Amino acid sequence: MAEIRNYTMNFGPQHPAAHGVLRLILELDGEVIQRADPHVGLLHRGTEKLAESKPFNQSIGYMDRLDYVSMMCNEHSYVLAIEKLLGITPPVRAQYIRVMFDEITRILNHLLWLGAHALDVGAMSMFLYAFREREDLMDCYEAVSGTRMHATYYRPGGVYRDLPQAMPQYKPSKWRKDKEIKKINAARQGSLLEFIEDFTQRFPGCVDEYETLLTDNRIWKQRTVNIGVVSPERALQLGFTGPMLRGSGVEWDLRRKQPYEVYDELEFDIPVGVNGDCYDRYLVRIEEMRQSNHIIKQCVDWLKKNPGSVMLDDHKIAPPSRAEMKDDMESLIHHFKLFTEGYCLPPGEVYCAIEHPKGEFGIYLVSDGANKPYRIKIRAPGFAHLASLDEMVKGHMLADVVAVIGTQDIVFGEIDR
Amino acid sequence: MTNEINFATTLRNFAEKCACKFIEDRDEFTLEVGVKKLIPVLKSLRDEQDFCFDQLIDVAGVDYLEYGKTEWKTQQATGTGFSRGVQHSTFGRFTFDDNPISEQMDQPRFAVVYHLLSVAKNQRVRVKSFCEDNEFPVFPSVCELWASANWYEREAFDLYGIVFEGHPDLRRILTDYGFVGHPLRKDFPLVGHVEVRFDPSKQRVVYEPVSIEPRVLVPKVIREDNRYDLDNEEA
Repeated sequence: MAEIRNYTMNFGPQHPAAHGVLRLILELDGEVIQRADPHVGLLHRGTEKLAESKPFNQSIGYMDRLDYVSMMCNEHSYVLAIEKLLGITPPVRAQYIRVMFDEITRILNHLLWLGAHALDVGAMSMFLYAFREREDLMDCYEAVSGTRMHATYYRPGGVYRDLPQAMPQYKPSKWRKDKEIKKINAARQGSLLEFIEDFTQRFPGCVDEYETLLTDNRIWKQRTVNIGVVSPERALQLGFTGPMLRGSGVEWDLRRKQPYEVYDELEFDIPVGVNGDCYDRYLVRIEEMRQSNHIIKQCVDWLKKNPGSVMLDDHKIAPPSRAEMKDDMESLIHHFKLFTEGYCLPPGEVYCAIEHPKGEFGIYLVSDGANKPYRIKIRAPGFAHLASLDEMVKGHMLADVVAVIGTQDIVFGEIDR
Repeated sequence: MTNEINFATTLRNFAEKCACKFIEDRDEFTLEVGVKKLIPVLKSLRDEQDFCFDQLIDVAGVDYLEYGKTEWKTQQATGTGFSRGVQHSTFGRFTFDDNPISEQMDQPRFAVVYHLLSVAKNQRVRVKSFCEDNEFPVFPSVCELWASANWYEREAFDLYGIVFEGHPDLRRILTDYGFVGHPLRKDFPLVGHVEVRFDPSKQRVVYEPVSIEPRVLVPKVIREDNRYDLDNEEA
C-alpha cells in the first residue's frame, strides 16, 4: 500500500472568491478539508492607532473604510459612542435619518453579499441584478453626502446636513439618447425622499426576482443546503452575531433587544433560520432586505411629515453655519476651536454596539478627557465569524470553502482594521 | 427598568462576594478583577443562572502608559512661534531614534477588557483586569470558556504583547509576517519603524528604516470642561 499523506494547499490572498485579501492554508485529504488556517491582516492599516492620534471628528472617515460595503453603519456606532460619553442626544429628525440610512446601508450590504455569494457558487447573473439596485442606493448616498461610498455623514450631535430637495440627474451623452435619459431620470424629478419612496415601492419586486433565480434553484440548493451547519449553542460559543446567529435559530437582534435611536418606534420582524446552514442564512438575509425596506418606508413617511433641525444647536460640538460664522464673533471662535482642536470628552469608558448588516459592530471607547480618544477598540463582527472558518469547513469539500466564505459575508476592511 | 436595577444589585452582590470592584457608569456595568481571580469570576459569570453570559463579545488590550498626558500647555503659553507650548510627548511624535525613556509607572500599565453579553438575560457586562507586571504582562487564557476568545487573544498578543497562558496557538494575527514590536503600545511610534518598497535592482521587496517625518497636526489637549460630565450635573 502506498502511503497516503495530507495535502497542504495555499488559497489566496489574490483570489476572486477570497472576498479581498484572505489567505487560507488548507490541509486536504483528497478533496476533503482537514484543517483551514486563515491568515488575515494583509489589509491591516492600524485604524485604531490612527484614531488615537486624531481629534474625534477626524476619525469618522476612517470608520467608513472599515467595512467598506456598509459605510454609514460603522459611522453610526462610533458616533453613538461619542454621544454616549458626552451625554447628548441628537434631534429626533436626525435619528430618523440615521435609521433610514442604516437600513439603506443594510440593503446595500446584503445586495453585494447576495451578488458575490451567488457568483462564487456559480450564478453569474445575480451579480448584475444586485448591482442594478445598488446603483440607486449609491445615488442616495451621493445626494446626501456628495460621495457614493465614504460618506462621513453622521456626526456627533446629528447628521451633517438635512436631506436635499433635489436629486442629481443623468445628463445626455453620446452613449445615452434623450429618451433613455428621460426614462432613468423619471424618478429623480423630486426630492431625495420621493426618490427613496419610489425605490421602496419597486424593491420588493426586485427581491422577488432574486428569489425566483435562487430560492428554488436546484444548483443553488445543492451548494448551500446542509453546508456549514452551526448549532445555536456553538454559534453563541463562537461569538456569532447578526444574520449568522439568527440563521442558527437564535432570535437576537440589537435593534429590537437593545434598541438605539428610534428603532423601538418602528415596526419590523426578525427573521430566524432553523437548520443553521448556508441556505437558512441566505433566507434570513433575503427577508432582512424586505424588512429593511419596510423600515425605510416608515422613516420616509415620518420624515415627510416632520421637518426640523438635524443637528444639535450646541456649538461646542457642532460647528456653526457659515453665515453665522462670518457674522458673529462668538461663532467664529467656536468654528476656529472646533477645527483646530476639536472638543474634549469627559474621562470614562463606553461600549456602544449597533446591529450592523453583518452582526454586532461595537466601539469600545476609552477617554482620558482629551480631544482625542485614548483607546478605541473596534469590535468587528466579521472577525469572530472568520475565526470559526476552521470549524465550519472541516469535513467539507474544497468547493464548499467558497460557499462558507460567502455565507459569512467577509469584508476585510473590518477584519484587518 | 426594574429588571435593570435587579440585575445591578445581583451584580453588586456578586462583586462583593468575590471581592472585586463594581462600577456603574452611564448604564454600563464594569467589574474590576485581579488576574488571579479572573478565571473563576468569568466562569461563574458564564455558568451561574443569574448571569448566563453565554457570549464573549470582545477582548481588548489597553495600554495606560500615556493616560492623562498632554502635549499642550493649557495654562500658560510661551512666546516662541507656531509650535509654542507643544511637548513632544505622545506616540504620534516619536521617531525611530527618539523613543521616550520609559518612565516608571506607579500604576499597572496593561489591562485586558472583556465584554460579555447574555443573550438569555439581555444584559452586558465589562470585566476589566490589570496586570501587576508592567514589563511582561501575562493573563490566563479564556479559550476554554468561550471559543471566540481564540482570535481576540491572538490580537491582543500581537498588538500589545500581552501573553495569554494556556492559549492553544498564540501567534501574531494582524501584523506582517516577521513583524517586530507591538504596534498599539503607546511607546510604539505612529510612523512605525520600517517601510517597504519594491527594489527594481534586487527584484524584490525590501524593508528600510522609515524616512517620513512624524508629525501631529493637532496636539493632544485635556480641557477641564465639566458641562458634559454626567456625574457633576447631578451634584
